[in-house]
Amino acid sequence: MNRRSLKNPKPHLLLRARIFQSIREFFISRGYLEIETPQLITAPAPETHIESISIQDRYLQTSPELCMKRLLSAGFPKIFQIARCFRGGERGDLHLPEFSLLEWYRTGIDYRDLMEECEALFLFLSRRLDMGTQLSRRGLNIDLDIPWERLPVQTAFERYASVSLEQALNNNRFDQTMVEEIEPHLGVKTPTFLYDYPASLAALARLKPGCPSIAERFEIYVGGIELANGFSELNDAHEQRKRFEKELKEKALLGKIVSPMPERFLKALKNMPEAAGIALGLDRLVMIFSGARTIDEVVAFTPEEV
Amino acid sequence: MYNASDLRKGLKIELDGEPYVVTVFEFSKPGKGQALYRCKLKNMITGVIIDPTYRSGDTFKPADLSERKMQYLYNQDDEFWFMDVENYEQFPLKEDQVGDATNYLMDNLEVDILFFGDRPIGITLPNFVNLTVTKADPWAKGDSVTGDTKPITLETGYELRVPPFIEEGGKITVDTRTGEYVTRVKE
Repeated sequence: MNRRSLKNPKPHLLLRARIFQSIREFFISRGYLEIETPQLITAPAPETHIESISIQDRYLQTSPELCMKRLLSAGFPKIFQIARCFRGGERGDLHLPEFSLLEWYRTGIDYRDLMEECEALFLFLSRRLDMGTQLSRRGLNIDLDIPWERLPVQTAFERYASVSLEQALNNNRFDQTMVEEIEPHLGVKTPTFLYDYPASLAALARLKPGCPSIAERFEIYVGGIELANGFSELNDAHEQRKRFEKELKEKALLGKIVSPMPERFLKALKNMPEAAGIALGLDRLVMIFSGARTIDEVVAFTPEEV
Repeated sequence: MYNASDLRKGLKIELDGEPYVVTVFEFSKPGKGQALYRCKLKNMITGVIIDPTYRSGDTFKPADLSERKMQYLYNQDDEFWFMDVENYEQFPLKEDQVGDATNYLMDNLEVDILFFGDRPIGITLPNFVNLTVTKADPWAKGDSVTGDTKPITLETGYELRVPPFIEEGGKITVDTRTGEYVTRVKE
């Protein structure tokens, strides 16, 4: 069909397909197993600010995280998945209520090893797409060549924010300060790993050994856009239950849907080896490589067009 | 009541007793964090622009706005008086609230007046109005050097450029959205 005949041509769909195919190539060549887990689940991960959409007595997954970790426990050491995920109330230039997440998990590594694998993935993609290592976005030239910037959350607040990390946490202004004052500075010259988050902001991450106020969690930013969230996985089932209880309590206080405790996941967690894992937003990844201004430009249809 | 998730461009809300219209709206949300609704809001009375950030859980009163069909009566000092065509109530608008509409206000023109509660705050004109030309140079035949248009003055004092065949005493239609000549009115 002639694409010109469409009212709203989607020039980035070809690039999107090449990115998805190259991602599979990358992980398969590294010995990862591609897996699929159900989209309709009984108990999504309880996270205060992530809203799941319910259908009859099930929920659409907000992420395949819990099912994938159950597979780690079941003896699959290196797995990846490209999953359709659903989150209520999220719509904007960078958000769709239905979107694609790439998640991968690997036993025997921690979040620092995972950062290196992220660097390798991006470089692999830029080679496969014949793009060189320079990305341009809103007048910025971002170099994918390693090593990327590694910036602890604490330092980011000291460098860019008008309040300290402690003040922001105490006044419930962490997210707002992050969005308004810090994010615009991230991923400007190279992509940025923002890492070592306050423990209270990581429901499923392991705490830093000897440093219980910090979680081994990181985010990738490119051109101010948050692309991925990864961490060393918490595999203490008792601790995980306590954190879920806290998140569910907060959800109830905010008047949000309170989903059931993910009991099967908690049971499997007892057998989960040390591991690290990450979720990377693929629609935004296509935006980064295509230079698209909004997420609408990189999907075949937006919710408003269906 | 509106929730933060109802915010979108064009929504009109009341804050501190004043009506505001959302002119810019941006949804942002750190992956694991709370949803933030970043707005630019324009005060519909003063024109002042503010840029608050809201969160889920914030609620807003819809601005109590209504439009009434009114007829323009006259102006005195810096007030322009209008009359409700149904109940004959009369209200003034200040000159800065009327703005460019003064270019088109002639006696008995029917307009929509925007009310916030029972307070008039703005005016919407018909898209097209017919006005009499009160001053125009005669059309000098063969004089094409001055181009395709000439300046004229309308009964309201508004000056604009029109085709050379428009004459003093005639009527023309003007588009109030652009301020431009549309056509000659045939009597």
